[in-house]
Amino acid sequence: MEKTIDARGLSCPQPVLDTLSAIAAMGSGKLTVLVDTEASKENVSRAIQAKGWRLDAVAEDGGEYRLDISKG
Amino acid sequence: MKNFFSSKQGIIAVGLAIGVLAPLLQFWGNPGNMGICVACFERDMAGAVGLHRAAIVQYMRPEIIGFVLGSLLAAFFAKDFRPRAGSAPIARFILGAFAMIGALVFLGCPWRAILRLAGGDLSAIFGILGLVAGIWIGTIFFRKGYNLGRSQKTHASVGLIMPLVMLGFFALMLLYPQIDKEPQSGVLFYSVQGPGSMHAPLLASLAVGLLVGVIAQRSRFCTMGAFRDVILFKQSHLLLGVIALFVAAVVVNALLGQVKIGFEGQPVAHTQQVWNFAGMLLAGLCFALAGGCPGRQLFLSGEGDGDAAVFVFGMIVGAGFAHNFGLASSPQGVGPHGIAAVFIGLAVCLYFGLTMRAKA
Repeated sequence: MEKTIDARGLSCPQPVLDTLSAIAAMGSGKLTVLVDTEASKENVSRAIQAKGWRLDAVAEDGGEYRLDISKG
Repeated sequence: MKNFFSSKQGIIAVGLAIGVLAPLLQFWGNPGNMGICVACFERDMAGAVGLHRAAIVQYMRPEIIGFVLGSLLAAFFAKDFRPRAGSAPIARFILGAFAMIGALVFLGCPWRAILRLAGGDLSAIFGILGLVAGIWIGTIFFRKGYNLGRSQKTHASVGLIMPLVMLGFFALMLLYPQIDKEPQSGVLFYSVQGPGSMHAPLLASLAVGLLVGVIAQRSRFCTMGAFRDVILFKQSHLLLGVIALFVAAVVVNALLGQVKIGFEGQPVAHTQQVWNFAGMLLAGLCFALAGGCPGRQLFLSGEGDGDAAVFVFGMIVGAGFAHNFGLASSPQGVGPHGIAAVFIGLAVCLYFGLTMRAKA
């Protein structure tokens, strides 16, 4: 199962809230999270790892971040 | 490059630094248990430019100027300056105003609540409980879909507005410096007695403000977020920083002889505990709904967040209302209309929380 969360433009704590809701609903699989502040990138990364998910890759493009996360 | 300040050790280091520096600022001249208080200092700045005429709380606090400029410098060098705006600005302004009103019913922001407790003021416990209760109510709204909506990228010039305003305030300080025993210098008002007259030397205050601005921007230090993240996500990362701040402040206060344990006779505080609780309940709810404590809003405004800047302006204007309309407390207790203002503020927050369920 794959899903994308677009949290660009959303302020704290919404990106984390949306991401955690998605991973709770999915249980496992692959998730892409789009954010546009470094704080959101750090907060989402920390939150998903605390839930046992992996941060597979982070890509930056023009001040926006794409976080690829997964749980097998 | 890995951001050390975003690590567990980093946030603890930032909390320790603030916990050391705030009591030192008090030792160097700032009011009791008010080494750093974002709400009180913004209130003093509102007085300095004449938005209110409470003669005992008027001073252009360099710490606040330093917070914003330090945050700008940190964000600029870390390539983290991201101009953005447009997320419900009028709601953020109103939240800022009521956050200030709630904070001035208690007499302090979340940082000062912790510093008051670290100085032995046990009334601060009621304020901290109110803060946590307000944040808890805010998390309920978040779970129900509350959302202020998306911001958008904007021009760098928009992101620079708050730092430029702060530079302007600093220029006014230099153009119209305090004159001994004079309540006014040029366009600026200066307290000659009371908390506004008590301040550390300008350069020390500015230097501490700049340093705190830098490290708080890098670490995302936020006292409201500390409690919110525990309630909402069971995450204690930010809370570690707040605990470190408290522990460091207790130790430094003890070393400097600044601890006086009790409820009565505490500096710039009152003992009407219901209203200490309720004031911070309102403030905590406003901070939660706006997404950051008053310090965090300053640091965000320094890194280009125009919405956070609107919240800050809301707080400054709110301070004007608080003193002009008799909403702010004093050591004698709550102001004549402070209780009504708390109820109105809570009603406004309820209106926001229930109606702003934006489509993400």
